[in-house]
Formats: sequence, C-alpha cells, structure tokens
Amino acid sequence: MISSWSIALLILGPLAAAALAFTFPKQGRWMALASAMVTVGAVVALGREVLVGGVQTHHVGGWSAPLGIDLRADGLAVLMLGITALVSSAVTLYSPPYFLAEHDAEALHRGRYFWPLFLFLWTALNGLFLTADIFNLYVTLELLGFAAVALVALAGKREALTAAMRYLFVSLSASLFYLLGVALVYGQCATVDLPSLAAKAQPGPTLWVALALMTGGLLAKAALFPLHFWLPPAHANAPAPVSALLSALVVKGAFYILLRLWFEAFPALMTPAVAQVFGALGAGAILWGSVNALFQKRLKLLVAYSTVAQLGYLFLLFPLAAAREGGFLAWSGGLIFLGAHACAKTAMFLTAGNILHAAGHDRIKDLDGITHVLPISAFAFGLAGVSLVGLPPSGGFAGKWLLLSASLAQGQWWWVAVMLVGSLLAAAYIMRVLSHAFTNVSEPRRPHPIPPVMEWTALALAVLAVGLGLAASWPAELLHIGAPAALGGPGL
Amino acid sequence: MNIHGLLLLGILLSSLLTGVIIFFLREQSHRLRTWLNLLGAGLKLILVAALLWGIYHGQGYTLAFDFLPGIQFALGADANSVLFVALSSFLWFWTTLYAVGYLEDSPHRSRFFGFFSLCVTATTGIALSANLVTFLVFYELLTISTYPLVVHRGTPEAMRGGKIYLVYTLAGGTVLLLAVVWLHHLAGPVMFKERGVIQALVATHRGELQILFLLFMLGIGVKAAIVPLHGWLPKAMVAPAPVSSLLHAVAVVKAGAFGIVRIVYDVYGVENAAKLGVLPPLAIAAAVTIVYGSTLALFQDELKKRLAFSTVSQVSYIVLGVAILGPAAAIGGLIHLVHQGVMKITLFFGAGNYAETLGIHRVSEMNGVGRRMPLTTAAFTVAALGMIGVPPLAGYITKWYLKKGAITAGDEWVAVVLAVSSLLNAAYFLPILYRAWFLSPPKTWPQEHSFGKWETHWMLLTAPLVTAALVIWAGVFAESPYSPLAWVKLIVAREYGP
Amino acid sequence: MIEADHRIFLLAGAVLFAIGFHSLVVQSHLLRRIMALNVMGSGVFLVFIALGSQAPGPVPDPVPQAMVLTGIVVSVCATGLALALADRVQAATGKVELEDDAQTHRNATDATKESRG
Repeated sequence: MISSWSIALLILGPLAAAALAFTFPKQGRWMALASAMVTVGAVVALGREVLVGGVQTHHVGGWSAPLGIDLRADGLAVLMLGITALVSSAVTLYSPPYFLAEHDAEALHRGRYFWPLFLFLWTALNGLFLTADIFNLYVTLELLGFAAVALVALAGKREALTAAMRYLFVSLSASLFYLLGVALVYGQCATVDLPSLAAKAQPGPTLWVALALMTGGLLAKAALFPLHFWLPPAHANAPAPVSALLSALVVKGAFYILLRLWFEAFPALMTPAVAQVFGALGAGAILWGSVNALFQKRLKLLVAYSTVAQLGYLFLLFPLAAAREGGFLAWSGGLIFLGAHACAKTAMFLTAGNILHAAGHDRIKDLDGITHVLPISAFAFGLAGVSLVGLPPSGGFAGKWLLLSASLAQGQWWWVAVMLVGSLLAAAYIMRVLSHAFTNVSEPRRPHPIPPVMEWTALALAVLAVGLGLAASWPAELLHIGAPAALGGPGL
Repeated sequence: MNIHGLLLLGILLSSLLTGVIIFFLREQSHRLRTWLNLLGAGLKLILVAALLWGIYHGQGYTLAFDFLPGIQFALGADANSVLFVALSSFLWFWTTLYAVGYLEDSPHRSRFFGFFSLCVTATTGIALSANLVTFLVFYELLTISTYPLVVHRGTPEAMRGGKIYLVYTLAGGTVLLLAVVWLHHLAGPVMFKERGVIQALVATHRGELQILFLLFMLGIGVKAAIVPLHGWLPKAMVAPAPVSSLLHAVAVVKAGAFGIVRIVYDVYGVENAAKLGVLPPLAIAAAVTIVYGSTLALFQDELKKRLAFSTVSQVSYIVLGVAILGPAAAIGGLIHLVHQGVMKITLFFGAGNYAETLGIHRVSEMNGVGRRMPLTTAAFTVAALGMIGVPPLAGYITKWYLKKGAITAGDEWVAVVLAVSSLLNAAYFLPILYRAWFLSPPKTWPQEHSFGKWETHWMLLTAPLVTAALVIWAGVFAESPYSPLAWVKLIVAREYGP
Repeated sequence: MIEADHRIFLLAGAVLFAIGFHSLVVQSHLLRRIMALNVMGSGVFLVFIALGSQAPGPVPDPVPQAMVLTGIVVSVCATGLALALADRVQAATGKVELEDDAQTHRNATDATKESRG
C-alpha cells in the first residue's frame, strides 16, 4: 500500500520533526531538512500514484467514513501539497542563516522557536489538503492558525505582537463562524464527509445560512477584500521567512476549503449570483490591493498589499469556473496562478528579508544602491515581479491566460478588463521598487554581508515562478484527476 | 518537430546562455566578457548561416512543445523569419563589437551585456516564432530586457526616459495580450501561415475582426512607433549609443514593424485584410507618421533626437508598403526592413563616435567634423544619402518599389507623400553633411579623446564602415540573386502568388 | 417536549454566539475579548449538542458530542495561546488593549528615539 504510506508520511513526517525540534531546539534546522526530504519524496510518490491510479483514499486507523476519518488525495490536493513542499523546503534552506545573521542572543533564541512552529504549520497544511471531511478541516484550520499566529509573534517587537494578537482574534472568531456552519450542515445532512455531502445536500434556508457562515469565516481567513485589514500588518511585521509562508501558503488554506465547499460539497448552491459576488469581491481586492501597494513606503508592506491584490485573482475563479463552458480552463488557470503566486511571493519576501538584513531598513525611497550590492536578490525580485505582473512565459501569465480565455469564452468581458488593469497596476508597483536597482549612487554603500544561500533560494523560487508557465500543461493534467463534476468538460 | 529544429533552439541559446553567463561574471573580468560576447554573436551568425543554407536546400525547420493547455510553444523558420533573423543577427554582431568599444570604461558592464544578449535573444525569438503566443512571449521579453539598457546610465533623466518607455510598451503589451487571447477564442491556436488563417471568419465575424485588427495595431504599433504611439522613442534617446542602434535598427522598432508584417500577412492574410477594409486606415496612419516624423526631425538640434524622429518616419515606410495592396509595394515595405536597419545603424554608430571621441551631441557642433574623423563621416554620409533615397543606395530601391506599388494600386497620393518625405529627408540630412565636410572645424572640440593612430577606437570604427558598405552593396547589387531584394521577392511571391 | 427543548438550546446557542461576537468587536480590553471568544465557542457547542439530540430514537447522536469534545480541546488551546500572547502584548506596550496601526508605528518610532537619546 504505497499510497497510504505516502499519505501517512506527509502528515507524520513534519509532525514528528516538529516534536523533535521542540524537544531538541538546537537541532531544529536538521529536523526541518529531514522533514523536507521526506515530504518531497512522499509528494512525488503520491503524485505518481494519483496520476496512475486516480484518486487515493486512506482510512485512518482502518475506520472508514462516516465513523472514521478519511484522508483523500486527488489532483488538486497533490498540487497544493507540492507547492507547500516547495515553498517550505526553500524556507528550510533560507532560515538558518537568516536567524543566525541577527547576531544578538535574543534573535538566536527566537530562531529556536521558529523551527517547531514552522514544522507544525507544515503539518497542519498537509493535513488540511488531505482532509476529506469538513469537521476535520476545522481542526486543521485551527492548528494552522495557531502556528501562524505564534510565528508572527516571533519577531517580538510591539508591532509584531499587536499584529499577531489582532490576527489571532480574526482567526479564532472566523474559525468559530466556520464551526457553527459545520454544525448546521451536520444537522441538515447528518454527515461531514465531503463526497457524501454532494449527494445529500438539498438547497434550503438552513444550508444557505450554514454556507454563509462558513464562507464568511473562510473569507476572513483568506483575507479577501474587504476582510483583508489584518493581513498587511501581520505579514509585514513577521520575520521574512514567516511572511513568505503566510503569504504563499497559509491564506491559500482557507481558499482551498472554499473551493472544496462550493465546487465539491455544495455545487447545487453555486448559483450565478453567488459566483458573481465572489468575483466582485475578487475584483475589489485586485484594485484596492494594487492601489494600496502603489502608495506604501516600506517594501514589506508593499509586498503584503500585493498579496491582497493577487488573492483577488484567485477568487475570479468562482464566476469563471462555475460556468459550464470553459469551467475547467478557469479552474486550472486559477490554480496555476496560485502556484505561481506562491513561488513568486516567497521569492519576494525572502528578497525583502535580504534587503532588510543588508541595509538595516526597507524604506523604498532609500533603496538606491543597495541592489548594486545584492544583484542576485534584485534579479530574483525582478523575475518574481515578471510572474506577478503576468508577463509571459511566467506561471502568472499562464494562469491569467487561462482565466482570460475562459472569460472571453463565456462572454464575461468585465473580468477581462479587471485582470488587464490589475496587470498594469502590478507593473507599476513592481517598477517602483525595481527602478531603484538602476539608479546611480555616488558612493556605494557598505552593507552587511548576506550569506549566498539566502540570495540563491530566493532566485531559485523566482525562476520556478517563471518556469512554471513553460510547464503549465503538467499541473493542468494533474488537476483533471478527481476534478469536481460541476466544472463541465475538460477545456474548450 | 524534427532534429533540424534543434538548430532554431541553438540560435536562441547562443545569445541566451551567453547573457546568463555574463550576468554572473565579475565586473573586472573584462577580457572574458568580451570574448564571450563576440563568441556568442559569432556563433549565432554561423548558426543563422547554417539555417539559410539548409532552407536554400529545401530543409524545413520546426520545433514545438506543449506550453499552455492546447497551445504550443512553436518555433519555425519561414521566409519572413529568415529575413529578420539574418538581419538582426548580422547587425547584432557589429553592434556587439561596437558596444564593447563604446562602454570600455563605464560601470555595470556585466549587467549591460547580460541584458544586451537577452534583448537579441528576444529579437531572434520574435523572428523565429511560428505562432502568435510564442510571438507574444518574446515580444514581452524584449520589453523587459530593453528597459535596463535604456536606463543604463542611471541618471534622473535616464530613469524618466525608462519610465516613459515602460509605460508605453507595457500598455501596448497588455493590448496585444487582449488581442491574442481574443483571436484564440475566435480562431483557436493561431499558427503563422502565408495568406492568413482567418479565411473562415471573414464573412461571419467581420466587426470583431476589425476591432481585433485595431487592437493588434495599437499593441504592436507602440514598438513600431506609429504616430501617436511614438512618444517613448525620442525620450529613450538617453540610452548609450549602442543601445540606440539596437532599439532603432535591430530590435525594438524593427520588432514592431516585423510584427505588423506578421499580423497582416501571416495572421490576417493580405486579401482578407483588404476584404475587411482595414488596410487603408493603416496606410493613412503610416503616411501621417512619415510626414510627421520627418517634419519634427527638421527642428531637432540634438543629433540623436534628429535621428530618432527620422526613425519614426522611416519605419512607417515598412508599414506603408504592407498596407498598400499589390506585390511591388510589398517588396518596397519588406526590403526597407533590411535597408532601414543597415542605414539607421550606421547613422547611430556615427553619432556615437562623435559623442564618444569628440563630445559632440548637437548638429550645431558638427562643423568640420569630417576633417577630424573622415572615415566615420564618410560612413555617416553614405547612410544619410541612402535615407534621402539617392541612387544607387539602398534607400533608393525602397522608394522606387513603394512608388511603383502605390501607382499600380491606384493610390497616387502615396507617391506625393513619398516625394514630400524625400524632400524633408534631404532638408534635415544635407545641412549636417554640409557642416561636416565644408565648414571649418573649431579650435577645440567639446571633449576630445585620443585613440592612437586611428581617428577613434578601432572597434568603434569597424562597425560603421561595414554597415555603410552594406548600404552600398544592397543598392548597387539589388538585382543580383544574393541580395536581400531577391529574398524579399520570394516572400512576396508566396504571399501574392497564384 | 423534546422537540421544544432542542429548539430552546438551538436558540440559546445562537444568542450566545451573537453576544460573544458582539463583545469581541465592541470591547477593547484583551481579557474581555478573549472571554468573548469563549462565549462564542460555547454557543457553537450548544448548537452542536442541540442538533445531536434531534436524532430519532431514545439515544442522541454521538457524533456531534465527539465533535464538541474535540472543539473544547481546541478552544482550551486557543485560550491558552491568546492569554500568553496578551501577556506579551501588555509587557511590550504597557497596555491591555490593542493600539491601531498608526499609533503602534508612532510609538515604535518614539521608542527608538528614546533608546537612541
């Protein structure tokens, strides 16, 4: 039973590493490295299983649903697991020198707590992507939230602590909204198993209320406009590797659950009106986030607002994938976009961390010359920017292309306008930063040296974000496996 | 895909890999960088020669792999691609040599030559694209890779110029993206093919195709600097001279013109475009651009600005040739792709030499410069006369075919435009030549550098001499079977033939 | 009879949830807000129990009860984390309520200046 093996490893691997890292704090980085190797191997094995044998299910402890807990891996889950493994591996390589480079005892101390928390976060994410019932999703969502909040607080400064506290309040109350929705769903359908729900769900007032509660909670966690207020301070004040994890992965956990709910469990409730509301919020996020990014004075805040904007694109998936014609195009487009954003945003936050370390600040207007001494970081930032703007052949371009094709095929041209304007705004805020790489400075600064591995991991991820576009047909193929029936035929 | 298709990949990689390696070279490794540059450029030239030889012997070249779902990333070499790829790789070699000499002591050379190589990769990619999406990929890559070249000097003025350049080109790119996605929605994957791929849609989607044509022209017209989309070109003049040569003669503007050729001939097909009635507006836009550019060039005292407005005007000859129905005009337009390239690059090399050797940036400072730098000025003169259309130089061939084509098509007004333009060309070039040769030089030059026994650095001198020789050759031997003209006639025969 | 009971519990749960959420938004003292979260949680658990008693037959459905148990465990952990964090916030800012972002930034700058001065 290779498959149950790899599914079990994906959760137990990081969990065991987390426990060990907690017990032996000095060895944290090695635990993470071991976990990264195990997890990457397990994702590859699981991916092969899914490609060959279709959707894989694992009954924990031998008990099947409804009594037991089912873990399920379809194409979507494997894609998310893969993205998580990639980003987390990069963070594993990046973080040791990042925390060591701080040079003071308190920072070193914080570095020790980073590892177990990071590994718990990884466990929670893997669990979330593999879970097939909505109650267990609540549990993983909470675990994810705890680890994320603690990681934000890790920076220890008053801004970080305040942001973490606010994040915790949002996260906990959002989870409770979700849980109340779960209770109502159970009361109505007598099951929490995702596949069974689709058969049992009858649209009615109770289900509508339940779904509204769950969706509201998840939107707050996914930081969709206008519930994004907590994200920029939390993401901007955390240590760089943490910001990367939060922006690239954590917010997408909630988005993933939304996909599962609306397309798999309750496709009958996915009316055109609902789909358009999601799209409108996404459009609002794109415009609001981009415009705010344009006016930020600090680099990390700019990158955080860019996350707010880019999350908006993901939600355009709802109106476009809900339509019969070209639904799968939009589905794969949105998810390829998600992967590209994860890689690009990680690269950007890691780069921002390099700049912070080298210059001691991240004020955008004073960045002249700092990029001369960090050419690889500047290059990484530029490449990541290419993907965020959606220039070809990046992953961001592939995603946007598919979303654009779907909207034209369905005659929903208003999303076309939003996406194109969003691209131009993204280009504008990226260039605000990047133009400083080319300005002349009379006297070159002497920055703190940056360990090469910190620059190269950022570059590697940026290259991946761009390269993903050239291989966009692979994730599309993977996504076919176990794709929700509600999407209609595969492609046009 | 066939094994020969790898040659196309080789042509791209010869500059792409060079560029990537150069990025990681230390600033001080001057010699290694120079060798790598010349090696890459030379290798590309050899590979392109092999491609020409193969095509001459009937070998087909394609290379494709899956890109987006249902859409391939496809390279190919048809007659049009070969024309452009041969031109750009030939001129690139000389520009590289020139740039190495020009930037001898300036900072950030690794960054410069890295992007320089990326830029030419994008240009050859545009030439070798076999479908619209691939074209779009390289078109955007060209935008990204030229920005760092434009702002290379890093002065506030350069940053402003770069910003304007990006605003224009990125907005154009976005419009182009919209057009490409839309056309894919209508017609499915679009492979370039002589006489177009939209025959089936002409009757049913007339309105949409007309709007799409406008979008394509807006998107690509930015790079081709068609009025009123030309605003970036004079501002981008802040770039170093080799970059200006690259922008004007090899890469950006040329890619725009080539893109228009592609859209009209190989996506729409000239007959379909004529049926849709979209060619006359394009011809008018081109004519306006020709006259406007020449007129503004008259009033520029800064030499590079004068040349920039001259480019605005000259590139639209290509567009004009494409927009007028009939083989003769088509020959005139396409051949100008080559002719404008060699002539304009010679002029910019000359301008760069004046600036680098004597510190001359303005026409009013050019008195007697012919006596101090006779070889450079001779090359400059040949190119300028060619631009005016003096027989038997390259520009004359262009204008002759254009005029013939216009009269055949019954568009006599075009002949008038051409005559006016020639007069204007003479009006802004002849005073320069007069100053350079016949007025006496000042006692001291603004900022003179000495380069030993030659009038300037040998690398700076070789390039303009070679390209000036080409201007003469392309004109005098136009009717020989080994001239660019012969190749252009082949392309046109395929587009218009039976 | 049972029918009526279950509705009362359901309603009570919903009211508790609403009261809790209202306090979370309105109150500013960190301890009060943490308690508000706990009240919200209790409301949700009550709804679960009420819905579980709906089941036909004399024995209530055990699954919601299992879920509530899990939920209580999660809730205890959450409260622990929140209290620890609130303690740190108070230690760092000297306040028992959250500052808004602008204020945080201003205070932080002041603090830097003070430490320099």
